[in-house]
Order: sequence, then structure tokens, then C-alpha cells
Amino acid sequence: LILFYKRKMALCGPKLSLCGVIISAWGIIQLSMMGIFFYINSVALIEDIKLAEEYEDLRKLKTDMDAGYQQNAYNCWIAALMYLVTLCVSAQQFWMNSRTSYSV
Amino acid sequence: MSLLGRSDFGHRRMEEEEYGTEYEGGEGGEQYTAMQSQGGGANFAPSQGGSLFRSEEMALCQLFLQSEAAYSCVSELGELGLVQFRDLNPETNAFQRKFVNEVRRCDEMERKLRFLEKEIKKDGIPMMESGEPPEAPQPREMIDLEATFEKLENELKEVNQNAEALKKNFLELTELKHILRKTQQFFDEQETLEQGGGVGQHQQLIQDEGGAGGGGLHLGFVAGVILRERLPAFEKMLWRACRGNVFLRVAEIEDPLEDPHAGDEVIKSVFVIFFQGEQLKSRVKKICEGFRATMYPCPDQATDRREMAVGVMQRLEDLNTVLGQTNDHRHRVLAAAAKNIKIWFVKVRKIKAIYHTLNFFNLDTSQKCLIAECWIPRLDLETIQLALRRGTESSGSTIAPILNEMQTTESPPTFFRTNKFTNAFQELINAYGVATYREMNPAVFTIITFPFLFAIMFGDLGHGAIAFLAAFWCIIKEKQLLTRKSDNEIWNYFFSGRYLIALMGIFSMYTGLIYNDIFSKSLNIFGSSWQVSIGPNQIIHHKSYMIDPSSNATDKGYYGTPYPFGIDPIWQIASNKIVFLNSFKMKISIILGVIHMLFGVTVSFLNSKYFGKTVNILCEFIPQVLFLSCMFGYMGLLMLHKWANYTAGGINGDPMTNEQCAPSVLITFINMVLFNDNDPPAVGCDPYMYAGQNGIQHLLVIVGLFCIPWMLFAKPFMLKKEAASKPNEFFDFSEVMMLQGIHTIEYALGTVSHTASYLRLWALSLAHAQLSEVLWSMVLRIGLSTNGWYGGVMLWATFAAWAGLTVSILCLMEGLSAFLHTLRLHWVEFQSKFYSGQGYLFTPFSFEKILEQAENSLE
Repeated sequence: LILFYKRKMALCGPKLSLCGVIISAWGIIQLSMMGIFFYINSVALIEDIKLAEEYEDLRKLKTDMDAGYQQNAYNCWIAALMYLVTLCVSAQQFWMNSRTSYSV
Repeated sequence: MSLLGRSDFGHRRMEEEEYGTEYEGGEGGEQYTAMQSQGGGANFAPSQGGSLFRSEEMALCQLFLQSEAAYSCVSELGELGLVQFRDLNPETNAFQRKFVNEVRRCDEMERKLRFLEKEIKKDGIPMMESGEPPEAPQPREMIDLEATFEKLENELKEVNQNAEALKKNFLELTELKHILRKTQQFFDEQETLEQGGGVGQHQQLIQDEGGAGGGGLHLGFVAGVILRERLPAFEKMLWRACRGNVFLRVAEIEDPLEDPHAGDEVIKSVFVIFFQGEQLKSRVKKICEGFRATMYPCPDQATDRREMAVGVMQRLEDLNTVLGQTNDHRHRVLAAAAKNIKIWFVKVRKIKAIYHTLNFFNLDTSQKCLIAECWIPRLDLETIQLALRRGTESSGSTIAPILNEMQTTESPPTFFRTNKFTNAFQELINAYGVATYREMNPAVFTIITFPFLFAIMFGDLGHGAIAFLAAFWCIIKEKQLLTRKSDNEIWNYFFSGRYLIALMGIFSMYTGLIYNDIFSKSLNIFGSSWQVSIGPNQIIHHKSYMIDPSSNATDKGYYGTPYPFGIDPIWQIASNKIVFLNSFKMKISIILGVIHMLFGVTVSFLNSKYFGKTVNILCEFIPQVLFLSCMFGYMGLLMLHKWANYTAGGINGDPMTNEQCAPSVLITFINMVLFNDNDPPAVGCDPYMYAGQNGIQHLLVIVGLFCIPWMLFAKPFMLKKEAASKPNEFFDFSEVMMLQGIHTIEYALGTVSHTASYLRLWALSLAHAQLSEVLWSMVLRIGLSTNGWYGGVMLWATFAAWAGLTVSILCLMEGLSAFLHTLRLHWVEFQSKFYSGQGYLFTPFSFEKILEQAENSLE
């Protein structure tokens, strides 16, 4: 039991951590850009915001759209930050994996 | 020294007459005299005269080597890798060859080396890589190598045998030790039983013998060790055979013991069998032998047993030391061998290759020289002469080798000098068929057309970027990845195609910009040319609204100038996107298809011109071009004309050129072929696109129809006329006619089917775009439309899923699919217009290739 605690084992193997690094890097770039595009109310992303089926009042439509865009922008940025954390974790796992295999 | 004359390759078959083997002495012939120390092999820049357009000029040469110099000359040629030797002794089998003994010796050496390698791998000693592969050693070195290997093998065998014997001994002593320990209990119990006291649990076993108490039952015993899995059967057998008159005590040995033969660990148990009488003793012994239980002599008295135990412990310790030393010795021997083993492998393989090649030679006993026939690229004659000179010098021979060119009617092998970039494309073409000697090589054009056609089907900026980045990383890390030899076939395929994939990625990024599609979203870089210009109070009552692009529309929804580069970004969110893009992509596919096929026919013209076949130019090329252009080239022109001359609302408001009056190209084409008249597309419209269209179309169809008998009859009759002037040559008119009929039908029907086949460019592009859109809206949108604080977390999770699916489905699966279809378009639609592909590859004698093959076959 003592030996188990002394040996620093990685949480995931080299392949999983490498996947994690790549997807996290991609996620950070893409999600932060998507966040920016949502923030400036880009028309291309209009189908991705939550809107009701029908609207009678134009002002309601505008407020809903603005709120939807904002919400999505914040979602994207939160996810981007979470991927930043994932990147650090994956990078550390990857570094630890490559180190242990080196010493053998 | 070298005698070079013009060679004249003649005809082989009717078919080959087309693209075969007439030597024209074109670009390459006169350049060889210039000193070209290229160092052989593949360079990046093609040398003068050699190029990727046509295969290199080859010369069949005779090589005269003095017997002493032969070995080192062949060694030099093997390092160079530019000579393909022909087997001059094909009838002799392997045992009748001249150098069969040497080859056999090399085989023996290789066997010893493999044995050594296996032992080294078993011990886990790392083998040093050879770095620069060493040169093939001289024949006299071979004896030294043989002696070294013999010594190493014998030593290793001896060590292994000793180790096995020692281990066997060790095992016996260990088992004896266990027996002595465990049986102590048994004998204690037995003594109480013999003295008549104490009721043991095993009373029942000896009840039959005549009750408890009573005088001393003097029991004999047998002690031994048996595998634990055999124990139940053993017990049952004993009970049955001795009718319950024996008494078995068993104790387990906790540690597993090592079996000396197989080396794996087994679990055994100690047993003691008590019996009375000689008959039972023999029966018990037989059963023990049957179950392969090892029996050990165990002394009766406790004191004797204690002494024995002490002795056994001592011997065990001694044995341990000896075993340790034996293992160390073995390890040392193997480590010393491991340093050189890779180099030895290379040397032995090179020697074997040289003798194998020398077996191809003919021996001229009167002049004591060896004669070989070989194909060499004409451009490399100088390099080969230099190599031969080096070989003669190193062997100390005085007579120089002679390289003499021969006349032949055989068709030479096809040799393309490729580098790491062009290699992938050449491999793609060779997979379908190796180019006939000196015909146009489609691989050159494939370098650009392949990624381009792929990109039309794969057009997405994001996916193209992924493919490009992956391939780019492979290219950057090339040197590292090349040394790390992997036996994962799929990885090897992708890695060897890294330049191809990188190009496909770049082109896909370009078409992605044209289609304005990045992961199914569009980029608005320049500002869209469309707007919804009815007021906000009106728009709220429309479920869907169509923006009219005509210049005389009441609401100016279209600015009048199109988006500067690519498709307008608004189309991505329009509900009639597919209808619009279908029309565009289908027309583009047909136009590109017709251009590609016309290009193929033009290449056939280049082939005919090079081989001097004017009959082909007059009787095949011209009617083929006319047929293709008059029918499908004209259809392409109609499409371009319609794009230019019809627009929404009419050009300058002219109602005859508005969207309602634009005739359908397909229906116009069908009516053209059937000689029907066009109907006006709508009331008040002109059924024709330009003045005189009906007449011109009739003319084109007649010209096209006339091309068919031209293709069918002109060539056979012209060939017949030619053959009449040469009475010696055999000419079969019916065969020629039949072949020509096949070619004509194939071409005429082919134009129709191949043109339609290019529509796959549209189909795959549509599929890719739709898959991309579905993936976004079904997967990523889940994360995007969750409200509340956990929206971000959902997005974090769904993005990972979306990314994984994008790479696996859209990049890999769609990529492979588009790759396959592009390959088909090249192999069938493009190459059937000009390619004959009847050649055979130039396989030079090259140490590099032989060593590579040996490495790969071992894994």
C-alpha cells in the first residue's frame, strides 16, 4: 500500500492525454472565437440561439435575440475557460507520461 | 571503353504498337557525355533530359567483369542501386547455380544471427542501431565472420544447456526441501498411530486393516511431489487401485516452482503415501510414475531427516550462486554480441545479395570473366562507369570492366526518378498500371488535379485546415518519424501520403472559402450583397420571406454587385440553399469534367506525336476531340452562355432574358440530340438562347455522328493500305477491325457515361455539406441552447463530442470517400482517354531496398 502512494501514477495514459491536449487547444481557439461572434450578434449564428416559434411583438423579438446572443457568448467563453483548465491538466498528464517512459 | 550505339526497340504486339517501344532518340540521348556525378538515386531537381513526363530512357547493356573483380564491382553497383540485372540462367535451379555454396553459407550465418537475436530479445538487451550501413565485406572476411558466429552460437548453446541442467537440479533440491519440511507433521501423526494411541480423523482409512489399538502397524511410505491440478485424479486413482488400503497425506507448496524446460511457473503439492506390504508398494509406485509425480527418498528417522534438510539447504545455496554466475556470463556474452549484431545482419545480407546476383551471371571460362546483362538508365551511364572503376580498383584487379550496349527488341522497364514529394502521386498511378515505356506519365498532372478534384468534394475551410495541420505536423517531424519504424500499416499509409494530404488540405481550404463553408457556418468577410429591406413591422407577419434579386424589384433586396469572392454568406442560412447550390455545383462538375476529359484526349495526341503515329492522330485523335467537343463541350458552352445572358429581372430589364425565360440546358441538349424543336420555357419567351441556335445544333450533331464511322473505319483501312506495301509483315484485318470497333464503342459510350460520372463531384460535396450541418445542429447546438449557468458546462462536454465526430466522420470517413472517388475519376475517366499502362517497373539491384525488405518481413 505504501508503495502505491509513493509511485506517482498518471491518471490517464499517453494517448488519452495527447487527445486531451489537442481537443483542448482546438476548443479554446474555436470557442473563444465563437464567443466573440455571438457577442457581436453575427447573423450566421442566428439558428443557434434560443428563440420562440412565433413572435407578435417586435421589441420582444429584439430583446430575446440580444439575450440569446449574450447568453451563448457567455456559454462559449465559460466553455473556453474550462478547456483552458483541461489543457493544463492534459498537458501535465502528458508531460508526466513522457517523463516516466523516458526514465525506464 | 564503352561502346554505345543507337538501339532500336521494335514492336512486340499489335496493342503495343500504339504506345510502345519506338525509340526516337529524343531529349535524353545526347546528354550522357556530360559529366554527371549525381550520386545516383533520386534528386529533387530532375537532371537534363530526365523528367517525370516520360519514363527514363533505358539501355540494355552487357557487362564483362573479371572474376576477381566481379564481387567488388557488384558490391559497388548494389550501393548505387541503378542497375537491373537479368537472370541469364533461368533454367538452372537453385542447387545448380555457381555460387550456391556461398549462398548456403550466408543462409547459415543468417540463421545463427537470428538465433542470437532471439536470445538477446529474450534477455531484453537493447540492440544498437547501425547508423551508417556498413559496406559489404570482402570474401575473405566472410570466413572470419563465420568463425565468430560459430563461436558465439556454441558458447550460447553451452551456457543454455548448463543453465537448464542447473535449474533442473535446483528444482529437485527445492522439492526435496519442501518434502522434508512438510512431512515432519505426517510422521509425527503416524508415530502416534503406530503406538496405538489417539484417534485421528483418518481412522476410517485403516479400519479395514483391523481396528485401532493393537500392535505396531509398521507402514512403509513413499514421499513425492505432484502438480496440484493432478491431485484429485491421483487421489481417486489411489483409492480405486489399492481399494482404500493406502493412506495419503497432502500438503501444498506455497511458492510456485520454475519448470526448467518451458520456463513458466507451476504449483505443486507434497504428498506422502502410507501402505503396508510390498504389493501395495509396487502398485503405488506405478501410479506415481503414471501421474508423473517425482518421488524422493525420505529417511525414516527424524534425525536423519534433519541432517538431510541441512545438507539440502547448503547445496541449494551453492546452486543459487552457480546459477547466478551462469546467468551473468550469458548476459555478458549477449551484451557483447548486441553491440554488433545489427551491423553483422547488414553485412551478411549484403554478401548474400551479391552472391545471389552473381548467380545471374554467365561464366566465360576461356577468358575467365563473368558476363551479365542489365538494364540501366541512359543518363546514369557515367555514374555506373565510375562505380565499376572503383570496384575494380578496390579488388586490385588490372583489367577494366567493359560496359557494352546491346540492340534488342524487348521493351525496357519503366523508370521514374521520384523524390519524397512526387513519390506518393507516382504510387497512386502505378497502383492502376505501370506506364508503358516512354509514354506520358499521368502522375505529373495528378499532382495538381488530384487535390483539386478532391477539394471540390471536400470543400470546407475547417476540415481542410484539420487535414492540412495534421499532414503539416507529419512533414515537420519527418526525420524523427522516419527513423521510428512502425509496423502499424494504417499509420504507414497515412504517413507516406503526408505531402498528398497536405496539398489536399490546402486545396480544400481554398474551396472552403469559395463555398463559404467553415464547419457548416459561413464567413461574412466582405459584407453580404443581400438584405431584407421590407420594414420591421411587415417582416414580423412573414413566416418566410423570399428576397427578390432583380434590379426592378420593389424592395431593393440585392445590392446589384455580387459578393467579391465565393458564395454569399447569406446562402448558408437561406432555406432554399440546396436548390441554389445544386444548380451551381452540377454545372461546375460537368464543365470541369469535360475539361478534364478533353485534357486526357490531348495527352493522347502528345503520345501519338512522340511515337510518330500519324495514323492515330488522323483517325483517332481528331474524331475523338470533335465528338467530345461537339456534344459535351457544346453543353458546357451552353451553361456558360446561360449564366452570362440570363439574370433575375432580365438584363437591363429585358423580359426576354429574365429568370422565367431561361431555357433548361438539359432539355435543350436532349432536344438537340433527338433533332426536336425547343418549346419556349414560358409564354412570350424565345425558345432559343441565340440566333441560329437550331441550325448550329443540327450541324454539331451531324458532325458528331459522322465522327463515329470515322473512328471506326479510317484506321483499319489506312493500316491495311500500309501493310499492303510491306508484304512480309503479317496483318490481320479482321482483328484490327474488331479492336477498332471495341475502342470506338468504348469511347463513344464512355463520353456519355463519364460525363455523367463527374456529377459525383456535386454529390459528394452536397453530402459533405449536409453531414457537417447535421453534426452542428444535432450535436453542438445542444450545448449552445442550454440556459442557465450549466450551459457552459454542457457546451464544454458537447464540444468534445462534436470535435471527435468531426474528425472521425467528416475528416476521416468523408476524406477517404472523397479520396476514393477522386482516384476513380483519375483512373477511369481521365486515363481511359490515353493511358495504356502496359509497362513493368524498373527494379534495380539496390542494397537499400533489399535491407528495407528484410527489415519489414521480419516484423
